[in-house]
Amino acid sequence: MGKTSRRSLVAMAIGLSLVHSIYAAEKAPSQKDIDQIRTELKLLKESYQAKIDELEERLAEAEQANEEVSDKTDNLAIELSQQGNQKAANTFNPGLGVILNGHALSSSKNRDFQIPGYQLSDETGPGAQGFELGESEVNLTANIDDKFYGSVTLAFGEGVEVEEAYLQTIALAQGFNLKAGRFFSNIGYLTSHHTHTDSFTERPLPYEAFLGGQYTDDGIQLSWIAPTQLFWETGFELYRGENFPAAGSAHQGQGVWTAFTHVGGDINASQSWRAGLSYLDAAVSDRQTPLGESFSGDSELWIADFIWKWAPEGNGSIHNAQIQGEWMGRKESGLFTDVNALTHIYDAHQEGWYLQGVYQFMPQWRVGLRYAQLSSNNLPSEFANTTLDNLNRDPQRTSLMLDWSNSEFSRFRLQYSQDKTQPESDDILTLQYIAAFGAHGGHSF
Amino acid sequence: MILLNKLRNKLVIGALIMASQGAMANLNIFTCEPEWESLVKEIGGDKVEVFSATTGLQDPHHIQARPSLIAKVRKVDMVVCTGAELEIGWLPLLIRRAANPKIQEAGPGYFMATQYARILGRPKTLDRSQGDVHAAGNPHIQTNPKNILPVAKALTVRMTALDPENGQLYQNNLDDFEQRWKQALDGWKKLTQPLKNLPIVVYHASWIYLEDYLKLERVDSLEDKPGVPPTSGHLAEILNKMKTHPAKVIIYAAYQDGRPAQWLSEQTGIPLVKLPFTIGGTDEAKDLFSLYDDTFNRLLKTVTP
Repeated sequence: MGKTSRRSLVAMAIGLSLVHSIYAAEKAPSQKDIDQIRTELKLLKESYQAKIDELEERLAEAEQANEEVSDKTDNLAIELSQQGNQKAANTFNPGLGVILNGHALSSSKNRDFQIPGYQLSDETGPGAQGFELGESEVNLTANIDDKFYGSVTLAFGEGVEVEEAYLQTIALAQGFNLKAGRFFSNIGYLTSHHTHTDSFTERPLPYEAFLGGQYTDDGIQLSWIAPTQLFWETGFELYRGENFPAAGSAHQGQGVWTAFTHVGGDINASQSWRAGLSYLDAAVSDRQTPLGESFSGDSELWIADFIWKWAPEGNGSIHNAQIQGEWMGRKESGLFTDVNALTHIYDAHQEGWYLQGVYQFMPQWRVGLRYAQLSSNNLPSEFANTTLDNLNRDPQRTSLMLDWSNSEFSRFRLQYSQDKTQPESDDILTLQYIAAFGAHGGHSF
Repeated sequence: MILLNKLRNKLVIGALIMASQGAMANLNIFTCEPEWESLVKEIGGDKVEVFSATTGLQDPHHIQARPSLIAKVRKVDMVVCTGAELEIGWLPLLIRRAANPKIQEAGPGYFMATQYARILGRPKTLDRSQGDVHAAGNPHIQTNPKNILPVAKALTVRMTALDPENGQLYQNNLDDFEQRWKQALDGWKKLTQPLKNLPIVVYHASWIYLEDYLKLERVDSLEDKPGVPPTSGHLAEILNKMKTHPAKVIIYAAYQDGRPAQWLSEQTGIPLVKLPFTIGGTDEAKDLFSLYDDTFNRLLKTVTP
């Protein structure tokens, strides 16, 4: 007979005797009987309590063992999955990212791009009629070691061009950052951004007129971020001075220097902003126009920029908006040689600004409007019929765009611009695609 | 001379005030998501100053490297984030822009929670035609409460390494947290029994750890491909599927667009549930404990009349 069945027999016996006692008690209840019942009940309780305790203990032990096994499997699984993680990280060293950018353009005037009164860089303007590859580029980035980060961007257009190739410190103390190589300047707002991140097909007029779209050159940059609650960044750059608006790499190849400062922060969870002030000083040596004219002298540029972004509770997936604007003022003085090899003293004050707004009205869809304008002082009559003759006009351009993004990685844009840079206004319609693949690019502000 | 002495006294007092402020918060920590902010508070108590870059109403994939965030990262001793490429669009940029040597990748001040969890959903093929797939697997580990404790333990070790002076305090806080968390886990285990094998439709593949924990059965996702908003064609497909494989509940996170899920719910009569996803996603989800309380309560309401 097993232990359990023996126990149940005993229990039954006690139970029976109990029933009997109660039955007896009903007939003739006495103090003795009651005491006996109490004792028996107490014994019964104690015996069952012991059994319950023992079972509970065994259950706890079993659960404990089970948990330990489960913990061990979890730890093993974490270890195994981490090995996988390391493999995945290695496949992206260096990060290789590709941007595809192209457009089709239709213009009512189909003329060479020029802005009367302004000497431009070669690469400026909305582009040629018909299909054209835009700034398609390949970007390689990686941490070089514990102290440096490196980035190379090759742009494919009519040829292959090194757009950026620089080394940057990652671990200098106290918020200092040093960059060396070829890189986009950090003056203004748009300059440091690649054009494929812009909200419009081409750069606004002041950028085209004063910076040839954006200033990039070979040089060094030192910047510092203050340890303040508000974002405050200040920097200084020294460049070769080969590229527009400079030319000729004056001062033994140190022809340009810049200084910039930016502040920014959040107004609340939904709104954030950044504003800045920048200065660029270029020594210009023999900057040529397509006609064969040439300018040598000094070019100074001031930029004031701001951007404001809004998304409800900081979540822009359904609606978001941004407003940005920049003002530029330029002073150029020096000697200008015209097509007849006559030299004139040139002293110009020019200004330009743009203001744009972009609104995402439903997921994937955005609309945008931009207005841009230039103005300049009138030059003496000796400049008539040269590139610098502004024809007493203030060039303007108004652009309206609509874009659709299938995902974060592909965007299609339709843009209409009314271009009043020349006396006769031009209507320009552009259809553009921008796509990114490879390493995930950064969401810069 | 008196003036000079006064000035010196002022400087000394100033320095003392600054030093005492320094002693109040030993570690300044930047977290990417509110669940890690809450965990850091549990371990660090008043010895840490902690900030979360995102709220429960924001999509942690799509954050911009805002100036305010750069200014924050500039000054911290440690970043605590999810990792597994969740913040790939903004955290590397913040770290590079902030020029802070303390929080560089692979250093002691760089803590990624997913390194201490069993990662699910690692894609078999890495191709973006499948959507915005994360090569490192699904990063949303905080939807399973069992993932929190291993992260807490690793975090304590790391915080102790950075601030040995308060190591014992961090350990005590961890022990206390562990005890309370285990108790809560026991409670949730019993509480969520009715949710076992519940068929669900989700918005984004955000919930695979929750599905794993509760043994839910995912019938479909509103996003056909992760990162690509629901298309009308795919919604129609789901609508058809619901006739043969009906789900019991449609789930979306507080930060996601509720309208496609709302539409499907109206078309099918299947109840729609907004889950907090992280702390602050709903009013009830105030800390790690109430995050799961609220998540499970909201789900339970759909199965218990």
